[in-house]
Amino acid sequence: MNMKVNIAGVEWKNPVTVASGTFGSGEEFSEFVDLSRLGAVTTKGVANIPWEGNPTPRVAETASGMMNAVGLQNPGIDLFCRRDIPFLKQFDTKIIVNVCGKSTEDYCEVVERLSNEDVDMLEINISCPNVKEGGIAFGQNPKAAEEITRAVKKYAKQPVIMKLSPNVTSIADMARAVEAGGADAISLINTITGMKIDIHRRKFLLANKTGGVSGPAIHPIAVRMVYEAAHAVRLPVIGMGGIASAEDAVEMILAGASAVSVGTANFYNPLAAVEVAEGIESYMERYGFESVGEMVGCVE
Amino acid sequence: MVNRKKENAVILSQEKIASGIFSMWLKTEAALQARPGQFISMYTGDESRLLPRPISICEIDGEKGALRVVYRVTGPGTGTELFSRMKAGDTIPVIGPLGNGFPLERAAGKKAFLIGGGIGVPPILELAKQLDCDRKQIIVGYRDSETFLRNEFEQNGEMYISTEDGSVGTKGNVMDAIRENALEADVIFACGPTPMLRALQAYAADNRIECYISLEERMACGIGACLACVCKTKEKDHHSNVNNKRICKDGPVFLSTEVEL
Repeated sequence: MNMKVNIAGVEWKNPVTVASGTFGSGEEFSEFVDLSRLGAVTTKGVANIPWEGNPTPRVAETASGMMNAVGLQNPGIDLFCRRDIPFLKQFDTKIIVNVCGKSTEDYCEVVERLSNEDVDMLEINISCPNVKEGGIAFGQNPKAAEEITRAVKKYAKQPVIMKLSPNVTSIADMARAVEAGGADAISLINTITGMKIDIHRRKFLLANKTGGVSGPAIHPIAVRMVYEAAHAVRLPVIGMGGIASAEDAVEMILAGASAVSVGTANFYNPLAAVEVAEGIESYMERYGFESVGEMVGCVE
Repeated sequence: MVNRKKENAVILSQEKIASGIFSMWLKTEAALQARPGQFISMYTGDESRLLPRPISICEIDGEKGALRVVYRVTGPGTGTELFSRMKAGDTIPVIGPLGNGFPLERAAGKKAFLIGGGIGVPPILELAKQLDCDRKQIIVGYRDSETFLRNEFEQNGEMYISTEDGSVGTKGNVMDAIRENALEADVIFACGPTPMLRALQAYAADNRIECYISLEERMACGIGACLACVCKTKEKDHHSNVNNKRICKDGPVFLSTEVEL
């Protein structure tokens, strides 16, 4: 049985990575699980300079999910290259660096800097709902998404994954836009913008008022969007949104994802991602699939 | 290196010790390494309430491999209410011990304040049991006459109580109890609501006293990865590279001069 997948020319040992922002750069999770058992590690977003992030509270629990407005706190690309990349190089897994920025120049600066680093893929976050500038501003307008993709591609030495937002009218239009801009792959969905109010104190639960909803509650929305995006473009799709089990992951693959990311589940089960990888293998055995590729989009 | 795990802790006993306050003994491997001031992440096992509840460790029994947690039920339909309905023999998934704990060695030969307020009272008990110092002054603030854990505190040091309604001890807060009893210290350890910690931070600065405070914030992972539970720091933190530290991993105990409340 072949668990390997090829995403834009990069071979992963299995189709499972982790969603950016739910796994740091892997260090904390390496105490719970051997990172070499993952197809890839996707790091928390990194910008050209350190970002402080949003005020607290930054998270709240929601029914079968959670909401966050961390605001892309990150140490900046210099420290990231000095510390986080060497840490991840100890493991036999692919490294996907998630890149965030406030302007096209910010994104390009980080991408150019990473062109000399030994990392396997770049994921461009144009879909964070929790920062005022950049992020989602590029991810809700097809023209802006196409342009930032094209700009980033000029500097990128590694394959570029564009991470899409579900907070749009047509995910298919967004997928086509980044494909036109030259993206090598797409990943979706980022979190869905939500709001939660403490009725006893009559205050917002998050200091940012709004936050991104994630977790099992959003899984059916993610499956639908992965299906629509996968049918709109020829690019490989990395599916994510509420995957907590192998069953959730298989659903995403059947909808058209070539690989999957486990996100919020990492927060309450540090072994979630490796359990998903093992469970996909069991599913393939049970239904006689020889390769992951055979399963992609295999739904009637 | 892989050396940690989420495990199923077994409830040895559970009792209600005040209105909305429950005490639970758990058999868990976390007890073998736990120190005063650390916490455990407790999971509800309910698929609709996914995130861990970070609960401070109240007592450690290394021999039995058990931890005591004393927690407040935060409302109907909450995770803590689910915990409160559980019985001896039931299991709770936990990860722990987590966080840094109080630096006990800083109290050697000194006059110490051990201060707890509200649901910040429980972690002060194991601290009181383990702290080796010249004078152990335990100052605990409650809302009213439901002075939970009082007997245990009295066996472990000089005990001073403040209550908001004045029903027991000094009327007011822990700062009022310190003034009324003319207490003095060279080192302070504290856990409680932010206004209390803020007052202590100012008191420690005015009197040039070394002061350690245990902070609380909403968490998602509890292990330092999600960056939800940060606090502001005066200096740039070496890990985050900004003026933020992670309460779950770098704390929850901080020197009062390094954080901004």
